[in-house]
Amino acid sequence: MTLARLHSGLALLAQFTGEHNSLHPAGPQASGIEWLYWVVFWITFAAFVLVVAGFTRAAVRNRSSTSEMLPLVRDLEGDRRASWAVGTAVFITVLTLFAVLFMSIITGKKVEGLTSKNPVTIQITGHQWWWEAVYPNTQADQTITTANEIHVPVGKPVVILTNSADVIHSFWAPSVHGKRDLLPGYSSAFWIQIDKPGTYAGRCAEFCGLQHAHMGFSIVAEDQDTFQRWEAQQLKPAVEPNSSETVRGRQVFLTHACVMCHTIRGTDAGSRMGPDLTHVGSRRMIAAETLPNTPGALAAWIIDPQRSKPGNKMAPNLLNPGDLGALVTYLGTLQ
Amino acid sequence: MLSEALFALFLTATLMLAGCKREERQLRPSPQASQVINEAQVSGLNPGANPLPGPPTPTIYEESAYAVSEGKRLFNQYNCSGCHAHGGGGIGPPLMDNYWIYGSQPENIFATIVQGRPNGMPSFRNRIPEFQVWEIVAYVRSLSGLLPSDVAPSRSDELHVKPPEQSMPKQTPVGITGAPEPSK
Repeated sequence: MTLARLHSGLALLAQFTGEHNSLHPAGPQASGIEWLYWVVFWITFAAFVLVVAGFTRAAVRNRSSTSEMLPLVRDLEGDRRASWAVGTAVFITVLTLFAVLFMSIITGKKVEGLTSKNPVTIQITGHQWWWEAVYPNTQADQTITTANEIHVPVGKPVVILTNSADVIHSFWAPSVHGKRDLLPGYSSAFWIQIDKPGTYAGRCAEFCGLQHAHMGFSIVAEDQDTFQRWEAQQLKPAVEPNSSETVRGRQVFLTHACVMCHTIRGTDAGSRMGPDLTHVGSRRMIAAETLPNTPGALAAWIIDPQRSKPGNKMAPNLLNPGDLGALVTYLGTLQ
Repeated sequence: MLSEALFALFLTATLMLAGCKREERQLRPSPQASQVINEAQVSGLNPGANPLPGPPTPTIYEESAYAVSEGKRLFNQYNCSGCHAHGGGGIGPPLMDNYWIYGSQPENIFATIVQGRPNGMPSFRNRIPEFQVWEIVAYVRSLSGLLPSDVAPSRSDELHVKPPEQSMPKQTPVGITGAPEPSK
């Protein structure tokens, strides 16, 4: 009863620690990891309580003043009891460690045990300092390319293929799965499944350079219909500009440094150094999930990206206010 | 006597350390360095040999290992390597040899990148910010060993048959070098 209350108290405490939280599992794998976490927590907590209790008991019982010398006695019975106690403690420790090892293997099997005949597959490539997400398809025009905001259908196993374009990154959305390293030139794969619709934040969990701390992503889990609508939308080429302002915005994009790094499918811009901007207007956040996707933040980011994220690979763009306004309006229409 | 010598040594070492720009990183380039070059193209009948009046050549890029390594990254990512390969040339002329067509001085290479050159070298006017052009210039010069080995990049990700830029022997420029004529 008290234990249950303490447990719920701790769980309550865990609610205040922000959006990256492995104690708020959203799928079977994160649940498995959370279960293992609590098992290990209670075992170590019990060991801690026992040790403190033992020390307290010893301190209370054997009080002797420092002025008296302790008598030297040979206490055979005491020795026997001591060796029995130490032996039991070692035995219980080893047994517990093996039990934890066993549970850890079981959880590992459970976490890795997802499978599906025809899953959604997402290729995640780590870049300094953003995430490229490609939904590969054998037909090139059916391939979705986006960045930082990863959409998945709810309640279905999804395959994540990993790789890195430069250094080692680590893909970690605590509510979804454990950390997975992305190694340059080495492709690997793992499964995830999210059962509760929602948006789950993730981070890079392997130091990768100056903007490592601001290399975020999010996983948006939505029902099958919404996911398919999103897919259909992402497959379209970029929206054609329909006003003089947006025509000018596209002109600015195509005649300035933007085209050196970014793609807008359906235009001449096709460089793959930076995030694909074909549907940038549909994303919640920009700059690897550090700034809201508002016209103001976008304009500030284009003019001086080195102010908010020093060292990132985007160069400042000194555009005049008219050009900048048109460009931001145009990018906003790319839903 | 010995302590004086030691002190002098210490002083020299400190002064040298203070003068070391190798590790200086300019993460936020000045607005002036961030702009793209978009002045009208000036046609010269003999481009390169007489450097056109352009922005004054900054020295910070050839003294910073970070700037040169950024130049190396951009050289690949802006697809300079598509024609010049990793210095050995292919569609474009090699950059790791000692022969120069349009000048070996930083301002010559800057002009070549910004203006483009006949027979295939496109103009990157209005596309690459000034500081990045200078970074690429510094890297291009490191390809033929024109940069000190402490700032030149050391190791490449790709397979390569030449020594890394750092160990590249200095190739004394020949051809139209753009270098000032030695006074006789």
